[in-house]
Amino acid sequence: MALEKITEIKGRGVYVAGNEIDTDRIIPARFMKCVTFDGLGEYLFYDVRKNEDGSDKQHSLNDERFDKASILLSGENFGCGSSREHAPQALYRYGFRGLIAESYAEIFFGNCTTLGIPCFCATKEDIKAIVAAIEADPSIEVTLDVANERISFGDQSVTAVVRDSARMALCEGKWDMIGELREVESRIAEVAGALRYMAK
Amino acid sequence: MSKSLFEKVWDAHAVKTLSNGQTQLLIGTHLIHEVTSPQAFGMLRDLNLKVAYPHRTFATVDHIVPTDQRQEPFADPLADAMIRELRANCEETGVTFFDLPSGKQGIVHVVGPEQGITQPGTTIACGDSHTSTHGAFGAIALGIGTTQIRDLLATQTMALAKLKVRKINVTGKLGPGVYAKDVILHIIRQLGVKGGTGYAYEYAGEVFDGFSMEERMTVCNMSIEGGARVGYINPDEKTFEYLKGRPYSPTGDAWDAAVENWKSFASDPDCEFDDVVDFDASTIAPTVTWGINPEQAISIVENVPTVEAAAGKDQPLIAEALEYMKLPAGAPIKGVKVDVCFIGSCTNGRLSDFEEAAKYLKGHKVADGVKAIAVPGSQIVDVICREKGLHTVFEEAGFEWRGAGCSMCLAMNPDKLIGDQLSASSSNRNFKGRQGSPTGRTVLMSPVMVAAAAVKGEIADAREVFDVKELVEA
Repeated sequence: MALEKITEIKGRGVYVAGNEIDTDRIIPARFMKCVTFDGLGEYLFYDVRKNEDGSDKQHSLNDERFDKASILLSGENFGCGSSREHAPQALYRYGFRGLIAESYAEIFFGNCTTLGIPCFCATKEDIKAIVAAIEADPSIEVTLDVANERISFGDQSVTAVVRDSARMALCEGKWDMIGELREVESRIAEVAGALRYMAK
Repeated sequence: MSKSLFEKVWDAHAVKTLSNGQTQLLIGTHLIHEVTSPQAFGMLRDLNLKVAYPHRTFATVDHIVPTDQRQEPFADPLADAMIRELRANCEETGVTFFDLPSGKQGIVHVVGPEQGITQPGTTIACGDSHTSTHGAFGAIALGIGTTQIRDLLATQTMALAKLKVRKINVTGKLGPGVYAKDVILHIIRQLGVKGGTGYAYEYAGEVFDGFSMEERMTVCNMSIEGGARVGYINPDEKTFEYLKGRPYSPTGDAWDAAVENWKSFASDPDCEFDDVVDFDASTIAPTVTWGINPEQAISIVENVPTVEAAAGKDQPLIAEALEYMKLPAGAPIKGVKVDVCFIGSCTNGRLSDFEEAAKYLKGHKVADGVKAIAVPGSQIVDVICREKGLHTVFEEAGFEWRGAGCSMCLAMNPDKLIGDQLSASSSNRNFKGRQGSPTGRTVLMSPVMVAAAAVKGEIADAREVFDVKELVEA
């Protein structure tokens, strides 16, 4: 199963302000009553984007200036809380292909990488600078250079961090691990065989 | 070389080093439920793959089950489709399903230990972040996403970067009316919701040694709320005593061999940790959250913070939380009116939680205008509570006694807050909208504190409401 090598993401950016944005915020639990991930994009950030009558609240994702954004920026510990893959699935299906935040929660980070969504860590100051640039001109292109861990926007550029394991997986087209995990069936059986509780 | 439990279990389950530098780790026990697994079975079908070790995956249904009208088909067609899908997937692949008619259904993190599936020295994963609960038995247990569920179904392994280990010592003695829930809320308050990122937490010291297995589960359960994907406690005689005679526990000679094996996984006394943090139990009071994440917690005798006084902290987040929660900044949290009281969840939905709350509720009444529900964590917890007459204590006090499930912890079933109702809840997350209403408000606390809130109709100090000291000494 050949996967795309994800070395660079280009697109417009949008900022969702705040720290500790949890996965319940990204996709409220009631929208997880489904047996496929199809259609989740529609409910992304639903309760902060929509009033109870379905009309729009003031939110950057409702701002038409950022309609075409495919790179989302946020603050610290983005994606904390639940392990629900519904959260990165909703982001992906809404159209996001890359994330920039100060930090990420562990499970969310892994889920994003597995879907081929690069999660860039940048400093608060650098995020501020990128946000200022996209607020001034929402049409500027933001480039996430995965291999070189750099973020370019307009005529500026800053360094960022993409965790080693994620960077290698993305750049080498091995972000979905199933192929590699399946290569060593007999070794798995050997490890399992040494564990009493694994016996039938 | 001396090793921690984490390292020993890791080494015993490591299959190989992957090209990205992560470890391919064998996960001996895979638990699944209806919300995060159907897509994984779908992916498996798309790839034309089979379940490699069906005897090591166990299923139950918990998130979407109604706790009142439990006959199928469920009134909610989406929920009904989810239980049918899980049932079909288990039938097709030979995975054991603790289904509603089995009498063993319940919250996945209550069922695993109850059945003796959760054992020391093992690796456990589930598409649910509160899988850390199972670490109470000296297992490495972690929450995963759906694509990793697929990986586990197909190979019984997953890719994972090795975690660092932080030892959290809590020494000394807890005061009367201070529970496991208060200990973990206190730890999260001090270390923060992202303090544990990249770490496994080893909980050690006399407080955890003295805790029952159920109390240990409450602590390990909320590790993820502190950012730690894994939390564990070394196995000891209490662990073995709990497991003895359970359906999936070894028997006869195999039992003795298993206990010897389990003991060998405990952290060596002189092993080194990446970090060590000490807490003094005597400084921990009954603790409640005031904000929109579990770090935003205070003791019951403190005041809700003000933005101004929080210099050096995340002031915008505090302001956001105060606005959402509509609590009196700078004033006591004690006395804030509650609308709903919920005792249950994978954090506090076990027998001892109901026993402890019932002990104090007896002879009291739920305040007028408060809706109070008690939701056992499993059908087995329900049956035992009924046998002991606990459900009657709850009902006589004015609680509704419900059937087993996740219920109002995340409100994927019909149990939900309405509007901006404020809930005193024994669950684990106080995120915005968590309990089913986009403006609903959650205050986390121990089950006994929920019982006190129900009786007073406001957030209260259980030690005053119930004269806890007297009862403890008696």
